[in-house]
Amino acid sequence: MKKLLMATAAAALTAGTAFAGGHAKEVKLGVLFGFTGPIESLAPAMGDGAELAMAEVTKSGKLLDSATVTPVRADTGCIDNGLAVANGEKLIAEGANGIIGGDCSGVTGAILQNVAIPNGMVMISPSATSPGLSTMEDNGLFFRTSPSDAREGQVMAEILKERGINSIALTYTNNDYGKGLADAIKTSFEGVGGEVTIVTAHEDGKGDYSAEVGALASAGGDILVVAGYLDQGGLGIIQGALDSGAFDTFGLPGGMIGDTLPANVGPDLDGSFGQIAGSDSKGAEIFAEMAKEAGFDGTSAYAPESYDAAALFMLAMQASNSTNPADYVSKILDVANAPGEPINPGELGKALEILAAGGEIDYQGATGVELIGPGESAGSYREIEVKGGKNETLRFR
Amino acid sequence: MDLLNALVALTNFVVIPGLAYGSQLALGALGVTLIYGILRFSNFAHGDTMAFGAMVTILFTWAFQSMGISFGVLPTALLALPFGIAGTILLALLTDRTVYRFYREQKAKPVIFVMVSLGVMFMMNGLVRFIIGPGDQRFADGERFIIKARTFKQMTGLNEGLAIKTTQGITVITAIIVVAVLFWFLNKTRTGKSMRAYSDNEDLALLSGINPERVVMYTWMIVAALATIAGVLYGLDKSFKPFTYFQLLLPIFASAIVGGLGNPLGAIAGGFIIAFSEVTITYAWKKVLNYSLPDSLAPDGLVQLLSTDYKFAVSFAILIVVLLFKPTGLFKGKAV
Repeated sequence: MKKLLMATAAAALTAGTAFAGGHAKEVKLGVLFGFTGPIESLAPAMGDGAELAMAEVTKSGKLLDSATVTPVRADTGCIDNGLAVANGEKLIAEGANGIIGGDCSGVTGAILQNVAIPNGMVMISPSATSPGLSTMEDNGLFFRTSPSDAREGQVMAEILKERGINSIALTYTNNDYGKGLADAIKTSFEGVGGEVTIVTAHEDGKGDYSAEVGALASAGGDILVVAGYLDQGGLGIIQGALDSGAFDTFGLPGGMIGDTLPANVGPDLDGSFGQIAGSDSKGAEIFAEMAKEAGFDGTSAYAPESYDAAALFMLAMQASNSTNPADYVSKILDVANAPGEPINPGELGKALEILAAGGEIDYQGATGVELIGPGESAGSYREIEVKGGKNETLRFR
Repeated sequence: MDLLNALVALTNFVVIPGLAYGSQLALGALGVTLIYGILRFSNFAHGDTMAFGAMVTILFTWAFQSMGISFGVLPTALLALPFGIAGTILLALLTDRTVYRFYREQKAKPVIFVMVSLGVMFMMNGLVRFIIGPGDQRFADGERFIIKARTFKQMTGLNEGLAIKTTQGITVITAIIVVAVLFWFLNKTRTGKSMRAYSDNEDLALLSGINPERVVMYTWMIVAALATIAGVLYGLDKSFKPFTYFQLLLPIFASAIVGGLGNPLGAIAGGFIIAFSEVTITYAWKKVLNYSLPDSLAPDGLVQLLSTDYKFAVSFAILIVVLLFKPTGLFKGKAV
C-alpha cells in the first residue's frame, strides 16, 4: 500500500512537472494552515489572504501562459504533526506546485522534514516563527514571510523597558513555538537588565490553571507575559490571573493578539499590551482595503503575510518561467529583495509584466517583505495596546 | 501584618482554588464510587455523563436567558439544573435498560462491564459533540465575584488580595448540601438502606426480598444527579468544553481509588487529597515564606518543589503509593 501511495505521489509529481514544462494552464498552490485547533480563529483570514493573491494573478492573466492559479486548502491542526504531514503528502499527490504553510512552528518543521525535503517541494510559511526553523537543515526549500521569534524577543524587551517594567513573570504554551519565544524573550529582557522571576509552561486544552497561576503569582513581577494561544491555555491563564487578582496587566506576544481575546476577557484586559509581526508600509493599508472588498479582515494576524507568501510563489515562477520547485526556488530571494521596481499589493499584474519582459522587481507586498539570512523576514512589528476592548495599534518598530 | 499577608496569599492561591476543585472532584468521585459499590464495575462513561448533564443544563440555561428569566446575582444555570438532572437521569436509565441490563442478566464479569462502559463513553462523547459541538461554551451569568481582590485590598489595607468567585462559593456550598443529603438518604431511608445492603452482600439482600432492579434504578438516578451537578459546577467555574470532561476522568478515578472504591466518605476525602496535592506541591512558596519568615531567612529562589508541568504526575504518584501500601484505599473500600 505504501509503495502504491509513493508511486502515485511520484506519478502525480512528475505529471505536474511535465505540465510545467509545457507551460501549464493551471498552477496549484497548497494552502496548508491550522483550520482546526489552537489558532482556528486566525486561519480563515490567512487562507483568504493567500487566495486573494491567487485570484488577483489569475484575473490578470499574465502568469506564464495566462495560467489559472488554484488554491488547495488542507488542515494542519496547528499542533497535530501526523495530520499535518498526511495532508502535506496529500497536497503533493494532488500536484501542488508549492506549499503555503504550515502555520504553527512545530507542524511546519514536521512538514518540512517529512514532506518538503523528500519531495523537493518549496514551502513559504506566513506564520511559523520559531527560532529553531532558522537553523534547521532545509536544503534551501524553506522560506517565511514572518520574522523569527528571536527578533520578537528583542522587540518585546524594548517595549517592556520603555514602559519602565523591570520584572516579569513568564509562562509559555508547552510546544516549539512557546518554548522558543519564551527563551527569546527571557534572553533579550535579561540582556537589557530586566528580571524574569519565573518561566513556567502551561498545557493547552485544560480546564483548570489554578496551580500555574498560583506559582506565577508567588514569583511575582510587574506584569505577566503569556506566550501562548488566545483561543487556548493563554486565555485560561489570563482569566485565572485576573480572577485571583494575581496580575492586572499582561504582555501579549503574537499568538495572543486577536479580536477574540479582548472580547472573551472583557474590560479587565484594558491596558495590556504586546506586539505582532506587521509593518506600516503603504502595502498594509492597500491590503486592508483589498481585503475589505473581498469580504474579510485584512488586519487579522498573519493574513498579510499569507498574501505575500502566495505572491512570492507566483512571482518566482514567473521570473524562472517554470512551475517546477527546483527551477523557481532560486528566484524567490531575487523577487523579494532589491534591486528592482517596488511592488505593492494589487500590483501583481504589473510585476508579472516586468518579470516577463526580463526586468527586476523588489516585492514589498502587504508587510514590506525583506528576506534575510536563511530566507526569513527581517521583521517589523506592530505595537498594540488593548484600549476599550479593542486591540489598538500604537506604532511600528 | 506580614503573617496575615502570608495567610491571605495562601488562601487566595491554594486554599480557595483547592477547595473548589476538590469539591468538583469529590462529587464526580462519589458517582464513580456508588456505581462501583452497587453495580460492581468502574464506569468509564462517568466523565461524559457529566458532560452530557452539563450540556442539557446549558441548553436550558440558554432557553431561560432568551426568555429573560434570571436568578438575580446567582447564575441562571442553577435554575436549569433540575432539568439537566432530569435529562441525564433519562439517558442513564435508557443506557441501563438497553445496554447494561443485558450484561447483568448474563452475569457478565466486571471487566466486561468496564469494556461496555468504555463503549458507552464513546457513544456519549459523540452525542455531546453532535448536539453542542466540540468548542468552548460560556453560560455563566449573574455576579462574578463574592469578593474581588482589589476590593479586599482596599477594605483591609493588606498587600495581598483575596478573591472569591461566586462559582467557587456555590461549588463548595452545593457540594456540602449534596453530600449531606446523600448520606442522609443512604443511612436513613429504606431505599438507601436496601442499596447499602445490596452493596454489602447481593445474595443476602435478594433473600431478604430486596428488588435488585429497583436498587439499580435508584443508583443510576442518584449517579446521574451527582454527575450533572458536578459537571455544571465545573463548567460554571472553569468553562464547558467536552474534551476537558473526558480528561477529568483520570483525576476523578484517582480520587475514588485513593479514598477507597465503593466508599462514599473515601471519595470525598480522595477528591480533596488529589486537588490539594496538585496545587500545593507545584506551588511556589516564595511569597508566603517571604511574608512569614524574618528577612534574614527569606528565600531567594521560588521554593517550588516541582514545576507545574508535573501536576498530573503528582496525583498519579499518590495513587501508586496508596495502591502499593493500602490497596483498598485510605478508607477501606473494595480491593481493586
